[in-house]
Amino acid sequence: MLRLPPIRLESPATVRDAAKLIAKGNARLVAGGTDLWPNMKRRHQKAETVISLMSIPGLAAIDSSDTDIRIGGTATLANIIRDDKVRERFPAFAKALASISSPPLRNMGTIGGNLCIDTRCTYYNQTEEWRRSIDYCLKEEGTICWVATKSPRCWAHTASDSAPILCALEAVVKLESAEGERELPLAEMYVDDGIDYLSKQPDEIVTEVKVPGTSDSSQCRSSFWKLRRRGSIDFSTMSVAAAVWIDDSEIVTRASMYLGAVGPAPMPVADIASVLVGNKITEDGIAEIAHAARKIARPMDNTDFSPSWRGKMTEQYAAAALREIAGLPQLRMQPRHMLKVV
Amino acid sequence: MVKAFNVPQADETAEEDLKIIGKPFRRVDGRAKVTGQTRFADDVHFPRTAYVKLVRSTVPHARIRNIDFSGALAMHGVLGTLTGDELPEPFGIMPVSEDEHALAIDTVRFVGDPLAAIVAVSEDIAHAAALAVKVEYELLPTISNFDDALATPEPQIHDYADDGNIHKKVSLKFGDVEQGFDDADLILEDNFFYEGSNHLALEQHSCLALTEDDDRVTVYSSTQCPHYVHRALAKTLDIPGSRIRVIACSNGGAFGGKSDPFNHEIVVAKLALKLGRPVKITLTREEVFYCHRGRHPVQMHLKTGFRKDGTMTSQHLRTTLDGGAFGSYGVASTYYTGALQTTTYKLPNYWFEGARAFTNKPPCGPKRGHGTPQPRFGYEIQLDKAAHVLGIDPAELRLRNLVEPNTITSNWLRIGTIGLKECIDAVVKGSGWKKRYGKLPEGRGLGLACSAYMTGAGLPIYWNHMPQSGVQIQLDRSGNVAVFCGETEIGQGSDSVLAAVVAEVLGIDLKDIRLCVGDTDLTPVDLGSYSSRVTLMVGLAAKQAAERARDKIARAVGEHMELPQEALVFADGQVFPAHDPDKGIAFNEAVVIAESRFGTLGTTGSYIPPRAPGRFRGAGVGPSPTYSYSASVIEVEVDSGTGLYDVQKIWMAHDIGRAINPVLALGQIEGSIYMGLGEAVMEEQAFRRLPKRLSPALVHKMPSMLEYKSPGFHDMPEIVSYMIETNDERGPYGAKEAGQGPLLPIMPALANALFDAVGVRVDQVPIHPEMVLKALHEKQNGREARVGPHKFPDIDYGEPLIVRTPEQGGDGRATDDPKSKRKGLRSASGTMKERDDALKEKSSATLTTD
Amino acid sequence: MPSAQNGNGAGIPQGMTAAVLTVNDDMYPVVFPTHHTLLEVLREECKLTGTKHGCELGECGACAVLVDGEPVFSCLQITTDVIGKSIQTVEGMQNGNDLHPLQETFADLGAAQCGYCTPGILMVAEALLAKETEPDDEQITEALSGNICRCTGYNRIIEAVKWAAAKRRGDDWRPDEALFMGSEIPR
Repeated sequence: MLRLPPIRLESPATVRDAAKLIAKGNARLVAGGTDLWPNMKRRHQKAETVISLMSIPGLAAIDSSDTDIRIGGTATLANIIRDDKVRERFPAFAKALASISSPPLRNMGTIGGNLCIDTRCTYYNQTEEWRRSIDYCLKEEGTICWVATKSPRCWAHTASDSAPILCALEAVVKLESAEGERELPLAEMYVDDGIDYLSKQPDEIVTEVKVPGTSDSSQCRSSFWKLRRRGSIDFSTMSVAAAVWIDDSEIVTRASMYLGAVGPAPMPVADIASVLVGNKITEDGIAEIAHAARKIARPMDNTDFSPSWRGKMTEQYAAAALREIAGLPQLRMQPRHMLKVV
Repeated sequence: MVKAFNVPQADETAEEDLKIIGKPFRRVDGRAKVTGQTRFADDVHFPRTAYVKLVRSTVPHARIRNIDFSGALAMHGVLGTLTGDELPEPFGIMPVSEDEHALAIDTVRFVGDPLAAIVAVSEDIAHAAALAVKVEYELLPTISNFDDALATPEPQIHDYADDGNIHKKVSLKFGDVEQGFDDADLILEDNFFYEGSNHLALEQHSCLALTEDDDRVTVYSSTQCPHYVHRALAKTLDIPGSRIRVIACSNGGAFGGKSDPFNHEIVVAKLALKLGRPVKITLTREEVFYCHRGRHPVQMHLKTGFRKDGTMTSQHLRTTLDGGAFGSYGVASTYYTGALQTTTYKLPNYWFEGARAFTNKPPCGPKRGHGTPQPRFGYEIQLDKAAHVLGIDPAELRLRNLVEPNTITSNWLRIGTIGLKECIDAVVKGSGWKKRYGKLPEGRGLGLACSAYMTGAGLPIYWNHMPQSGVQIQLDRSGNVAVFCGETEIGQGSDSVLAAVVAEVLGIDLKDIRLCVGDTDLTPVDLGSYSSRVTLMVGLAAKQAAERARDKIARAVGEHMELPQEALVFADGQVFPAHDPDKGIAFNEAVVIAESRFGTLGTTGSYIPPRAPGRFRGAGVGPSPTYSYSASVIEVEVDSGTGLYDVQKIWMAHDIGRAINPVLALGQIEGSIYMGLGEAVMEEQAFRRLPKRLSPALVHKMPSMLEYKSPGFHDMPEIVSYMIETNDERGPYGAKEAGQGPLLPIMPALANALFDAVGVRVDQVPIHPEMVLKALHEKQNGREARVGPHKFPDIDYGEPLIVRTPEQGGDGRATDDPKSKRKGLRSASGTMKERDDALKEKSSATLTTD
Repeated sequence: MPSAQNGNGAGIPQGMTAAVLTVNDDMYPVVFPTHHTLLEVLREECKLTGTKHGCELGECGACAVLVDGEPVFSCLQITTDVIGKSIQTVEGMQNGNDLHPLQETFADLGAAQCGYCTPGILMVAEALLAKETEPDDEQITEALSGNICRCTGYNRIIEAVKWAAAKRRGDDWRPDEALFMGSEIPR
């Protein structure tokens, strides 16, 4: 059986202790372990010391009593989905989380872990022996990105389903380290590079995610569409998350869209704001934004399905996400094996 | 309710008298399987076990220059290493292609090919040490696929290949193929492609070997074929088979993937003999993909002639198989891509050409349906195309062509009962075909396809005159009946068939039967759980053994009761006179009477399939005691904007002969549908060839459960299963197979349904949504609304072997083939006793193999 | 936590952990390499081999067990995190010598073929039935969607879970006769 390499395991009882330990270097943080352990079993992520955050009391709390919802870094995906307020106020967020892998894995995986999940690529998420047979790749030990052999950069794709929707919802993360703490708009935590995909420093711990509620009179509507082969287990091969704030007269006051799995970071579709804000959602507007989304998407041959079809599907699903928000009938099929509706 | 068709009653026992057969009963291993007590190979634990990790090639094709173990040997806990020079004897499942070594000697042939073994006190250490082994290679050209192999005759991956890197070429011509095409009103020619796939049994192969104090080696393994493993171990370890014991543990799924003897089994046995302590290996999922033996990727060119009424005049099928790095079952697989084309519809003239290539990939072999799903895919799509051209309903077209029962096909296969008409009728009615086919709104469609499959291969893997299945029964005076048989439970329910047959004959409860199976020390040989042979062959051997036991008891009890033994009935745990059931005695008392009369009680039974009528070279592949039949209708919905489609419902009718246990039989049918749907929709054993200018690498694209896609809970449609019972006298209680046949119609039925839904053809599997979208795009642009291969490789298959058909008055021999003179002896009906009689009468028959 | 790690206790070498695990309400004193997951410790130290493995990466579901009543993949569960928690495996499902309703229905309906995915599926189903007395097809499908079965085609498993739920409720509902004898052949 595939096993972990020997590790020293630390289970600090406070964030402060964890921060001190991680500051020493040559260590990695783990929460649910559903990303790190497979990666370490395959030996493409390595660490002598692993610091578990799961023994820190209170870090898994979900506070949905206020306008904003605050979620502790080690709150499990399952517990977040189970929270009535989350489901009621941010259904697309709950839907995105419920689309992650499968229920037992969601009992283990955490929000902090999912936001920080390593970028993925079928040339990278392989065992040591397999990677030796391609002489490794740019992301780890090698010199060539096999997805784009002339590329000076790594094209591993973002694999988080919570990231696109939380970016669209303008979530903010709290990062703590031995140096102190800071807040960062989630969208700014991601970098468009398959290797250095986070602006978060390695010694910073995601201790909280704040999903801001709506304070003005606008109503927030959001949607999440995910393309994958099967109705469970699979990562996104492309996803679209959209959030649109609409006032009483159906005029859009704010709008945001992010694409998942079609680039190293969640990709913003900036056109959504210029097309929609100040207007109602129209068929023409949807078509324009969907077209823009397709142009922004950079699907590569590093996951399931062909890049060209994933590109076409980006346009289809961007339109579908906006149609859902606008309450327009869907034109496209959601086969049971592609997208499970929560 | 199950309804019997087409009955001449097979068995002397009237159906209503059966107490167990045909009734849904809990499988005899059911309790163990739901309590975690079933002992799979990796669950076997012994003190002092050492663990093995294989060092596998990281290059696709190379000579080994040097292996440096120094880093590994320096690690604390490493007990030793093993290389191929200590196991010089080659092995392989087919006697004609013994081309494997437990550990590569000199040459590695694919990424994952094992070249050394590390044994250590823990698997952790063995793995770390294996990673520390440094291997120097001298690279050889990478041969990626069939076309590559055809274009690259040198260097040869194996020097015994028929031609360059073409491992095997076959050309068999039955009847007057050209005249048949001349007689045709319509000739269709199509290219198809069927991608390879892995069995993906959930249990990864595991094997533990230990030497016992009598200096024999015992091997526990997850194998479908302990007998073949036994033979391979005797050969490669160079010790007598009598000193080797192979115990087949219950398999956690197999599907053909555990039917070869494997390198890792030989390695652990060798190391156990060297170290004198238990040695174990359990493969990782990735390593299972390297063992492979899965579905061959097959290209097909199919040319068929039709008359206006839809009947067929002639067929010419050409296939290519991408075999991977070793022979495995590949020679048989090659023949199987042509052998069963004749079993469903009358083909008066038939020419089959097949070729298998060696390539630098994990070896392909037998997967559920072994070699036959690929040509069946092409055939059933082409029939759909013909139906459209000819304006005949696709179901009607098939009905017009059905093979007759109890006939011999143009390629000399003897057909038993056929329930295919009833199968087609059932799915046509069940799906509302006549009202709905071709009439559903755009985007929705129905597709139909049929198939046939063997109920056990007619010949064993190696040439011999011995039974293919043996059963031994031992009766205890407590009333306990111990049944010994080499069969192997792989989840299909073979233990339950064995127990049910014995319990039925002896009229006792299943709980009074104790099974001892799959143990080469203790059980008579059964060739293994492959080719859908177990229900029929083990069932008949068990029936013979049980009937002999019953007769012996009846004789003793009859004497005791002063009644003729024929007057006695065995039922409900009693032995009683038919005319006076109250005068019965308990079964255990009857055993006491018999044991007092005859001494210790034991009987045996054996089975050998009837002689096949074909006597040409290659006639050994395809014959079976009888064939099962299936028909399926699939309903699909398609989104023309994206190509996404959703399989909504599957109707399946299967001619099973007779269901021994309907619950288990339905499980086999549904499991076949599931696996077929996986192959139709998503499963593919795909590889990456890195750019040649940068790398020689040829790697499995996705050797994991995550990225090798197999359908999950969300991905299954509704299934309606009909069991058609034709009650075939060649099977036990009329039974035929159910574990493979129902897989075959799924892939073509889906492709045909997509055509009905949106008018496009996808002539390859798996059918990705983007293929549907691309075909729709072609259609919109006025081009051929089709996705699929446009070319077929230019291959010289060599001179065909000409065989006159039964219709032409042929005798089953090739008209000019010196190799077909080899003689064998076989009875025409199956039991060993009759074979003995046949031998006595010197009514020798010729049988040839490769 | 009653554990000792990395030589913290007497005679425990570097890289090892000593602990007492509570599995099926039984106490298991174990010493194991700290990097061994719950799957490895259950199978190799506790000798509870009912829990299976098919990928060791959280992709197949064969290793599912319950920790404090919730299904988790034991192959990704670092063992030190479950010391002091209640662990349930397939070996603990029976009530005395009587099978659990799920075990009964899986055995009787052919929902276990090779039986290798079965322990993981039984554990996840058990957690579902603890919450839902009458789960529908969709709930069962979603709950079990992390478990791959290569034998059955799943439909029988869903019916077996519904049948077990009915048995638990004392309801005499049972799966359609078509699952026992095949669908009625249309005339």
